[in-house]
Parts: sequence; C-alpha cells; structure tokens
Amino acid sequence: MIILGMYILIFAIAALIWAIVGAPFVKKDPFTALKTVTFGDESAIRSNRFASVISVISIFVIWGSFTGSSLIPGFLHVPGPFQGDTGFTYEATAPDGTKDTGIVRALAHPVGAVVELPSLDDLEESGFAKNFATTIPAYRASTIIAGKLLEDRKEQKITSINGIPIAPEGAVDIENGQVRMNAKGSLTFEPEQGMQMAEQFLPSPEKVGKRFISLIFDGYQNVTLFEHLGLSLFRVLVGFLLGCLVGIPLGYAMGLNGWFRGWFDPIVEFMRPVPPLALIPLIIIWLGIWETGKISLLFLAALWIMAIAARSGVSGVRISKVHAAYSLGASKWQILKNVIVPNSLPDIFTGARVAMGVCWGTVVAAELVAAQKGAGKMIIEASKFSLTDIVIVGILLIGVVGFGIDILMRILEKWLIPWKGKG
Amino acid sequence: MSGLQIDDISMRFDLPNGSHVQALQNVSLDLKSGELMSVLGPSGCGKTTLLNIVAGFLKQTSGQVVLNGKQVIGPSADRGMVFQQGALFEWMSVRKNVSFGPDMKGMPKAQSNEIVEHLLDVVGLQDFKDKAVYELSGGMQQRVALARCLANDPDVILMDEPLGALDALTREKMQGLVLKLWKETGKTIILITHSVEEALLLGERLLVMAPRPGRIHKEYRLPFAEMGVGADLREVKKHPDYNTTREEILAMIWDMEEEIMGRTEESAA
Repeated sequence: MIILGMYILIFAIAALIWAIVGAPFVKKDPFTALKTVTFGDESAIRSNRFASVISVISIFVIWGSFTGSSLIPGFLHVPGPFQGDTGFTYEATAPDGTKDTGIVRALAHPVGAVVELPSLDDLEESGFAKNFATTIPAYRASTIIAGKLLEDRKEQKITSINGIPIAPEGAVDIENGQVRMNAKGSLTFEPEQGMQMAEQFLPSPEKVGKRFISLIFDGYQNVTLFEHLGLSLFRVLVGFLLGCLVGIPLGYAMGLNGWFRGWFDPIVEFMRPVPPLALIPLIIIWLGIWETGKISLLFLAALWIMAIAARSGVSGVRISKVHAAYSLGASKWQILKNVIVPNSLPDIFTGARVAMGVCWGTVVAAELVAAQKGAGKMIIEASKFSLTDIVIVGILLIGVVGFGIDILMRILEKWLIPWKGKG
Repeated sequence: MSGLQIDDISMRFDLPNGSHVQALQNVSLDLKSGELMSVLGPSGCGKTTLLNIVAGFLKQTSGQVVLNGKQVIGPSADRGMVFQQGALFEWMSVRKNVSFGPDMKGMPKAQSNEIVEHLLDVVGLQDFKDKAVYELSGGMQQRVALARCLANDPDVILMDEPLGALDALTREKMQGLVLKLWKETGKTIILITHSVEEALLLGERLLVMAPRPGRIHKEYRLPFAEMGVGADLREVKKHPDYNTTREEILAMIWDMEEEIMGRTEESAA
C-alpha cells in the first residue's frame, strides 16, 4: 500500500512539474500544433518521452529505496532494520517481594555478518536477575528464555522492562524495538524492522545485477544463463516452426476446400480455446517430461493459431483479385501461388506474432512444471532455495526475450510484407 | 463467325425461402469485333450479372454466349476484365502487375518486357513502373488495370464501372484514355457505368437495361465516341444531339426508378 501510494505520488508530482515547466521542451509536430481540438482526437496524442523515462526511473528508485540499494542516495532509502548496539533493563520480582534488575545487551547486525557478543564485563552481577548478551541478525528476533535470566524461573517473575510493567502475553515498546513476553514468562526482543524488504523477498537492484553477471559466467546449478534461455528459445522455435509447417497448409486447405473445412472445423474450433497449459498434464502422461513432450505442447499451441490465421487469410482475398487473375489466364495453381498465398501473408504474419507470444508463455510455464533446463526451470529451482535474485533475473529476461521476439517479428513484417493494410 | 454473340440469356437465382429473382430475361446481343458498347440501367437491372456471365464467372440458366464461334464456359484469357478498384495485386510492382498475363502464359521475359514497356508508355506510367501499386493514386491504379488487361491481348474487354471510384476531373481524363485505347487497339469493349454522361461519351452503342426482370429496354447508336477520339470531350458535350439524348435517357431511367418505388410502395401497402 505504501509503495502504491508512493508510486501514485511520484506520478502526480512528475505530471504537475511537467505541466508547469514542461511546455518549452515539447517538440510539437507542426501540424498537430495547429489543432485546437486534441481531446478526443487520437491522432493528436503523442507519447510523452519524459513520462516514459520518469516512469522507468521511478520504478528503479522505489525498488532501490525499499531494498536499501547503494545505487541511490541514502536519503531516498526508507528506514531499514535497526542495526547496532541496543538493549534494555528488566526488573524481576521474587515471591517474597524482593526485586532485582538485570541488563540485556543486544547487537543487531546485518544478515550473514560475523560479530562478537556484546561485552558484559563492565557490569556488576548481583542478585537473582542476571545480565545477558545476544546478537540478532537483521529482520530476526531473539528469544531469551526466562531460565537464562533468572536463577529460579519457577519462583521469580520478570515484571517490568525499562520501568514499564509487563505481564505474560504482553509487550513493551522500547527505544529500538519491542520486547514481548510469552505465556511462560520468556522474553522475545525484536529490533525495529523498518520498511525495507528482506533479501529473500526482494533483493536490491545491484544484487540482481551481480547475480545476472554471475549467471552469465558461472550459471546456476552448472548451467549458464544462455544455456537456460537458449534451450527455451530452441523449444519455442522448433515447436513454432512445426506448428507453421502443419498449420498453414491445413488453414489453406480449410479455406479452399469444403471437405477439409468440414472435417477440421470442429477440431480446430474446439482446440483453439483450450489453453495449451491445460494440456501439460496429458502431455506429461503421454510423452513424458523430455523434449518431445514440451515441443509437442508448443506445436499444439502454434498449430491452431496458424491454421486459423491461414484460413482467414484465404477467405480475406477479394474476389475481384481472383476473378482478375482467372481472366488473365492464370491456372488454379498459379492463382494459389501468385494471388492467394501473397494475399494471405499479412494474416499469417499476424497469426505468427500471436503464436510466438503464446509459445513463449507456454514454454516457461511448461518448464515450471517439468524440465531439466530452461528459463522456467531456473526460476522455479531458485525459488525453492529462496534465491529471489535469480527469480527476478529470470523474470526480467523472460520479459525482455518475449518483447524482443515481438519487435523482431514486427521488423520482419515491415520488411517482408510492405503492402500490409494497403490493398 | 467473329464477334461476341449473347444469345437469349436468362438468369434466375433461386432463393432459400422458395422465391426466386429473375436477374436476366431473354437478353440477346450481337457485338461486332471492335465495337464499344456501354451499358446503363438502374441498380438491380442485371448489368453486372450479364458482364459476369460473359466473363465466365457465372453460368446462365439458359441461352449461350459465343465468342468468335466458340461457346463461353468459363473465365479465360480471351476476355479481359477491368474492375472498379482493388483488383490489382498490391504485392507486385506496377511492372509485375502489367506483365501478369504474359507471365502466366510463360511468355519469354524479353518479349513480355517489350509489351509492358509499350503499354506503360501508352497509359503514361513509364516513370512509375517500379513503384508499388499502393503508392499510386486511384486514377493511376486504373491505368495500371487497363494496361494489365491489354498486356494479355484479349479479344473482348469487359469493364465493370472502371472509373466509378475516381473524382470528376480524373474521370474525364480517363474517359479520353479509354477512347484512345479503344481506337488504337480495336478491341471489342463492354463498359458498365452508372453515369449517363459516361455512357453517352464512351458508347458507340448504348444499351439501356430495365430491372425486374433484368432485360434490354432500349438501344442507341451514338456518334459521340467516334467524335471524342483524340478530341476535347467537353466540346463533344456541346453537341445539340448530346443534350437531347442525355435528357431522353435520364427521363427514361427516372421513370424506371419511379416505377420501382411505386411497386415497393404498393407491396408495402
């Protein structure tokens, strides 16, 4: 909630700043600048580059600020867990009414650091309440059982902390944290947690970056990052190509022949809305968890999309083009090759873009379920060991690769079928 | 026997609800080789159906079409077709579009190139031969369509409102081009149009069709096409006969439209 609030705040402040001082920086194209009506005129809306940059930066700043990242200045950090020397004084009461005080010293330290127990040498030990020293890693709490503090925990009871009375199941806030007492009279000291996220929940950007580098060179579980990603991509490509190889001719046949259409329509229309992920269990049962299974799954994911794209490409051909070709003396085969196929390419390419997206999503999910290597396998394995930085690297790269595939397809489309939408 | 004979053609579409539409009834025509005939009529008079039957895209329910002594049974390269718009192949360059017919026949490259170069000269698109067709204006696209049709050297050219989608000025220029091509190539042309002026200017013979059932209402023989070859079409329009014929035909078509409206009102009442 706090994070969402901050994000909205940054959005509002940035928008306000832009509204006040941004105007001179806008490079308006001369035509749009002369339009008086822009609200409701979609063509007059230009994506604001400044907003895009701020948007991405603010995500990283929030990420850094909630993980105490060293990449952003310290004043932007939200309060982290308390670290350093702290402690409290407690008072215990014996059954006969005599009271004694003891001191607890604690050192809160970063996770993984090797530290020594705080010294108690300067303190005088007297009475039944003993002094105690402990170390507490960040984000943890330390439980001090009553027997370690009191000579006789059955008879004597701790009654106050820093002078504030405490009873079993009660709690007292002290300077750098909170002391709680359980039903049996033992104390738990929890230094302040702050608002930063523990590393197993969200590692800082630089940790993720470092992990990214080490994944490239050393890999995870003896498999490098590129091997993981490359294998996933390989599966997608093989599955997609097989899907095209079968799906496109099938779509053409359905678009050109009534028997084919009648035969395959029920199958295609039924299989199309079945999410490929729902087929994973069956595929595993039939084909096992090896490459055959995953590639078959991707083949099925691409097949129906490509068949439908090719079919709609055929039915989208303007009849006057076909008529013109016939009256220019073309044979059926020549019409297929010179009119129907090129005319259906834009539809097929749109289908291919969709199919590539679906395949990429499906391969990651399939690897989550069963795989030896692959991007999905890497993140699910890492998550089992709370290696959140690997999980985040994996998610970012899956996103980047998916986006890259789509960009590549768009470039290919522009290059291969420049006539798209201009018929 | 040369020329195009349309012999007692009838066309009846049976509808799923049991009724039927008589699109054409006993239409007969005889076109000599090299004649230019324009066809005019209110919508629903079957002029496009007639053209599709001659082209071989539709099969008449009775009668026959004979071209140069051979019965028409399907589309073929001896009857070229020019459509209103959107029938060019946008994945091919202008040159490729024009050479489509020769290429399909397997004509040697050198020979087809010669034809293409010549026709692009004739229609005035020499500078645009390597452009994609979607880069051209509507008028230029129709020039490509004309050239593509001529490249195949058909005996008959069927035009289905070829200038219908063009603006008035471009249209006038294109009318001149159609006349020029007709005279130079000596092709038999059937031209369907919605414009009375266009039918008058381009039709050596003018056929007025009537709807329900589609049939020939009246036929004219006109001098204007011959006068218009190589001349200013606006001068032709000043001819006194032009205006009287135009008024006569307009009145005729108005009457037909009125009749249709009246009939629908009757059936509605």
